[in-house]
Amino acid sequence: MCHPTSPFPFRLSRSNLTTMTTPDTLTLNSWQVIAATDEIPVGSITRTTLLDTPLALTRDRDGVPVVWRCTDEEPGDEIDPETILDRLPVTTGYGFVWTSLGTPPKELFSITEYAEPDRVNMSCGSIGIHVSAPRAVENFLDMGHFPYVHTDILGAEPHTEVKEYDVEVSEERDEVLATRCRFFQPRAALSATDGMEVEYVYRVPHPYCSVLYKSSPEAPERRDVIAIFLQPVSEDRCRAHLLQSMIDSTSTITELRRFQQTIFGQDKPILENQYPKRLPLDPRSETPIRADKSAIAYRRWLSQKGVTYGVIPAAG
Amino acid sequence: MITLYDFELSGNCYKLRLLMSILRLRYDIIPVDFFPGRQHKSDWFLKLNPFGQLPVLKDDDLVLSDSGAILAYLAKKYDETGQWFPNDPAITAEILRWHAIADDITSTASAARLALGFDYDFDVPKAQAGAHRIFRLMDEHLWFGEREGRDWLCTPPHPTTADIACFPYVMLSEEGGIGRQDYPALRRWSDRVRRIPGFTIMSGIFPAGRALEQA
Ligand SMILES: [Fe+2]
Repeated sequence: MCHPTSPFPFRLSRSNLTTMTTPDTLTLNSWQVIAATDEIPVGSITRTTLLDTPLALTRDRDGVPVVWRCTDEEPGDEIDPETILDRLPVTTGYGFVWTSLGTPPKELFSITEYAEPDRVNMSCGSIGIHVSAPRAVENFLDMGHFPYVHTDILGAEPHTEVKEYDVEVSEERDEVLATRCRFFQPRAALSATDGMEVEYVYRVPHPYCSVLYKSSPEAPERRDVIAIFLQPVSEDRCRAHLLQSMIDSTSTITELRRFQQTIFGQDKPILENQYPKRLPLDPRSETPIRADKSAIAYRRWLSQKGVTYGVIPAAG
Repeated sequence: MITLYDFELSGNCYKLRLLMSILRLRYDIIPVDFFPGRQHKSDWFLKLNPFGQLPVLKDDDLVLSDSGAILAYLAKKYDETGQWFPNDPAITAEILRWHAIADDITSTASAARLALGFDYDFDVPKAQAGAHRIFRLMDEHLWFGEREGRDWLCTPPHPTTADIACFPYVMLSEEGGIGRQDYPALRRWSDRVRRIPGFTIMSGIFPAGRALEQA
């Protein structure tokens, strides 16, 4: 059963209500990712949840996604998309469908590399995690965990030091940018044959999305792009939609997906063990480790933007 | 020549990687895109296993499926010590009973994990309750075992394929929202499994002694 929102004041217990707040204006009016476009059935219904709101989605005969607020639809039900009049806004980008519960901007943030003709672009799956979207972004930005969590792939002892790097908030693009991030990696990508010092650039162009650029082992002058787009399901649950846009002329999509899923599968239990599940924005609430310059900038940026969904806002 | 048709995040595939690592067997992996690609339902895979389930293992021309059956095959064929799947009729029965319980763990703990993580349409509270019921019984069985000097699921004084079959989806249970804090004997047993010589990890399962597990 899909739960329509109408009976909710009667149905939800008090403890549920405390975790179900109205999303902030920015979150409501932003594009939010909900599915990999190819995975949405044509002519039948699939469902998902965005910001505690059940949604139904399908694609029409031309493959164009249609999204609306779910009432009593069941997954697998056949549907003629023409009959859906009360639709939510939809855009597609980077192989995924994005919608909004408010009035979204004209365009999604840009990842220009995605359009380069020789890139291998793929979703590596949409995986549910029991943690807030901002916690998942923060983990994505952290290089300090590589040797311990992604042992012998993205890091290895004794190469545990996070070297000095730069972080700024780009006024013009309104995003967090970390550059000159360097780390020794035993197997930086599927195409890597040896350990190498890899240079990373991280962008956070959306409160719940991060894009990572790392030198490509196959073409050192170019960069592989790996992005994580978090769908805020509730304040303490999200779905991670994983994008890879790679320079790799030899691996299959299955192999490239497997590499990324192996990494993400290692992050998952670490993320789900974080407490609290929402990200505290008060600088004094958690003692950030020394490497966490980008995390501090990210938390401050969320505070300044007035994001309250999935976070514990700073007092005062 | 052994070939494993494998999905990294599958606990059932990991059972075979784990036993082959312990037995120091060399094998090739053919990755199968179970998620999101659903290749286990594709025509080429259904020719290997019409039931559309991972894992599949090929040993020369022999094609095998079902993780429990393959564990028995690998042990009987390649374990020179004869310990992992002993010939004794009573112990064979004991092991097969735990292989069946391992399948019950798959249909409960793994189902909850698939629903929460991989968008499968399963009844999560029912799957979680089912897993807790099994974990409670395992914990009791292991707790009494420790008092009798038995460290493993079956009677022999060493691990068997029963331990391998039950281990992965116990360890991945938290991804299905099933905590193990109430099952101390089950946690001690899982630490012992992780100390078996030749033990190998999968994504989501860390080596013994990590901070995460002690928390
Ligand atoms: Fe990670």
